[in-house]
Amino acid sequence: MEEIALAARETQIYRKGEKPFEITCNKDSLAGAVSQRACVFCGSRVVLYPIADALHLVHGPIGCAVYTWDIRGALSSGPELHRLSFSTDLQERDVIFGGEKKLEAALHELIDRHSPKAAFVYSTCIVGIIGDDLEAVCRRVTEQKGIPVIPVQSEGFKGNKRSGYKAACNAMFRLIGTGDTTGISKYSINILGDFNLAGEIWMVREYFRRMGVQVVANITGDGRIDDIRRAHGAALNVVQCSGATMDLANMMEEKYGTPSIRVSYFGIEDMSEALYDVARFFKDPEMLARTSELIKEEVQKIQPELQRYKKALTGKKAAIYVGGSFKAFSLVKAFRLIGMNVVMVGSQTGTKEDYEELAQITDPGTIIVDDSNPLELTSFLKEKEVDVFVGGVKERPIAYKLGVGFCDHNHERKEALAGFAGMLNFAREVYSSVMSPVWKFVPRKEKGNDQAL
Amino acid sequence: MTKMPNYISTTNACKLCKPLGASLAFRGMEGTVPYLHGSQGCATYMRRYIISHFNEPIDIASSSLSEKHAVYGGAANLKLGLTNVTRKYQPQMIGIATTCLTETIGDDVPMIVKEYERETSATNRPLLVHVSTPSYSGTHMEGFHAAVTAAIDQLAQGPAVTNDTVNLLPGFVSSADYRYLAEIMADFGIPATMLPDLSTTLDGPALLEYEKIPGGGTPLASIRRMGGARATIEFGRTLGKTRTGATLLAEKFGAASHRLGLPIGISETDRFFAVLETLSGRPTPAKYQGERGRLVDAYVDGHKYGFGKKAIIYGEEDMVVGLTAFLAEIGVTPILCASGGRSGSMASAIAAATAGVLPEQPKVYEGMDFFDIAEEAENLGPDLLVGHSKGYPLARKLNIPLIRVGFPIHDRVGGQRILHLGYRGAQQLFDLVINSLIEKKQSDSPVGYSYM
Repeated sequence: MEEIALAARETQIYRKGEKPFEITCNKDSLAGAVSQRACVFCGSRVVLYPIADALHLVHGPIGCAVYTWDIRGALSSGPELHRLSFSTDLQERDVIFGGEKKLEAALHELIDRHSPKAAFVYSTCIVGIIGDDLEAVCRRVTEQKGIPVIPVQSEGFKGNKRSGYKAACNAMFRLIGTGDTTGISKYSINILGDFNLAGEIWMVREYFRRMGVQVVANITGDGRIDDIRRAHGAALNVVQCSGATMDLANMMEEKYGTPSIRVSYFGIEDMSEALYDVARFFKDPEMLARTSELIKEEVQKIQPELQRYKKALTGKKAAIYVGGSFKAFSLVKAFRLIGMNVVMVGSQTGTKEDYEELAQITDPGTIIVDDSNPLELTSFLKEKEVDVFVGGVKERPIAYKLGVGFCDHNHERKEALAGFAGMLNFAREVYSSVMSPVWKFVPRKEKGNDQAL
Repeated sequence: MTKMPNYISTTNACKLCKPLGASLAFRGMEGTVPYLHGSQGCATYMRRYIISHFNEPIDIASSSLSEKHAVYGGAANLKLGLTNVTRKYQPQMIGIATTCLTETIGDDVPMIVKEYERETSATNRPLLVHVSTPSYSGTHMEGFHAAVTAAIDQLAQGPAVTNDTVNLLPGFVSSADYRYLAEIMADFGIPATMLPDLSTTLDGPALLEYEKIPGGGTPLASIRRMGGARATIEFGRTLGKTRTGATLLAEKFGAASHRLGLPIGISETDRFFAVLETLSGRPTPAKYQGERGRLVDAYVDGHKYGFGKKAIIYGEEDMVVGLTAFLAEIGVTPILCASGGRSGSMASAIAAATAGVLPEQPKVYEGMDFFDIAEEAENLGPDLLVGHSKGYPLARKLNIPLIRVGFPIHDRVGGQRILHLGYRGAQQLFDLVINSLIEKKQSDSPVGYSYM
């Protein structure tokens, strides 16, 4: 039988139950392995992208900007500057003579045109090579224009997506502490690591409102510069998608003493736990009672429909491949809630601790994989006879080509999957793919090929 | 012609980068894995962008360069990547395109490839074709043509005997277009080598076993024989004086070169079919005469709905030229033709393609982005937009129909199945354009007409 993975990647795959847990991760992608990962720039861009009243200028050749134009389903309740794709579109002469002048002129032009509250300037591979001094340009324009102009050190080759998250956190950290914190309640939080895909942060904020908790800053879904500037006035940082924004929480804790908790808003269990954790933090019995009431009410609302899906989906098999592994925990639990078994779970940038925890909560035989690629994923889908694959756009055709159902749980999606209502949407998404009649035509399910069914 | 004012910044570009075009072209060659010598992000971003249009897997390998490689050079990773791709995919060929990173650090890819060929055994090694595609010069279309030219340059051999085949270099069109072109050549009885061929490699059937590299694509053996072909047909009025596959084949092997516009609409398709009649020595087969006849009949039936409607056409330069020729001949008035490309020859190409049809030439601007197009649109008051998905925000703002053509189509299914070329393609475009205009009239009307 043909090898599934290149030898250099074998230690990045673990099958639960075969031997004690061991996995290699957090390393550079192997050349030629067709990783599903993007780059440092991508990490920074996705984290900062939803800040809707900032100018996001990509300093580099056109590709980096154009492939991230309107890429996220991150909604704004007001300005939509984030949905435009700004670039210095560096040309050969800029590469030879340097791009600083062009960058400065572009910043002036765009700031005059759009009057943003701040500007982020993203560095790309080539800028790291030609050595443009972004700090100097940004400092000058900050002085001239009177708004924060912040360089994001996101040269594509200087690490992986995680380094990009860090660069984004560094950029935001420059803003924090520059705003007025008067009038902030003692029951106040910042929401870190929710990107308001399909309006998710609005659902979560509504829960907090009902609990009596004030949200100071959304970081970054439906984000605003002025809110981020006063984020240090909040009593607590509530961090989801910890890979992306935990660095910021840590920096804030160190400088401003803001404590943080890690949460997830996916699935009933984790969503409830997130709200309880916040209520417990504030040690207010009335808030705890309100929280408990809220959760009861929300869960009751979705239970009947959820049970219908569970009945149909029980025993079906799911595979998960996501960017950060933290989301994977919630997904494993969410699948369990609708009666499904997770047989493969992997991520682009998980840590050893994440994978170990995944190994603990999954069933024996489950494949756990770091920084995988199309050929590996394909062989896992086949081996495990998966019914639905959860991933992003790059994973979708892998599933569909083989006649496997798919649920998009990445940042481009247009369905809200967080919160209690989101759990129902998730179940509905999975149900609508798994139960579709189209599968009966795909070769996998044709007579003679369907021994496993 | 370049637009005025010429802004320094770019907002919502109307072009993509060079290595994306090269990856697409390599994808249309048999048994070939596209490979980007650069950092990991480029390959991943392009895959995502291409997948969203085709809804098909596209594996693009990468050297996955990191900081130390940027300092000391990417040779070792390029070689390791080639070995790993060979091992996992067993490709017949690897199409290596550079990126801005590796061009700027000065990696000499041709030399590294030669070294690699010396260091490895030829038995299991795929063919290696390389092309220089720095993203800071040119667009994805230049990258596409450069990859086609590189494949011909590095693979095509001299004519031991001149064979009877004709080379067809269509440029970047839809999978449906490539399929239709192959059908046309076959119906004319012309043995043809179409390079590339994305008809099945990016529009394949549902499968039981995942194909590492999808079947189809231009056979490599045929590419090798291109030097012996008697003629080359190449689509692209804006290619100008650039060194292309056709000019190369003419220079090196003396194959007669026929440079035509993309055959969109009757006039441009007639020019293509005239060349096929000459090359085959046969009249146009009855099947296509029938298609043309029905198309003319449809033009007549629908002409009043389109006449005088003002259109903005944008996208890849040659696609814009072809679409403009088509729209002009059905009575729609092109008012702005825009592209992010800068061939310098789009205006003259449009003038030539619409000669005798348009009383007045439209504004033709190169180097445009969607900010510029929107600004122009304010004053021009278009009735419809014709181009890819990325014009949707503008169409929505103006509340006018968007005719989705070309690449990318990210907000509808079936981008790969849109037929643009030939009489059959014109028929589909015509129905699409006219029905969109009728639908607009119908939905804007306070009366609920069910006859239009």
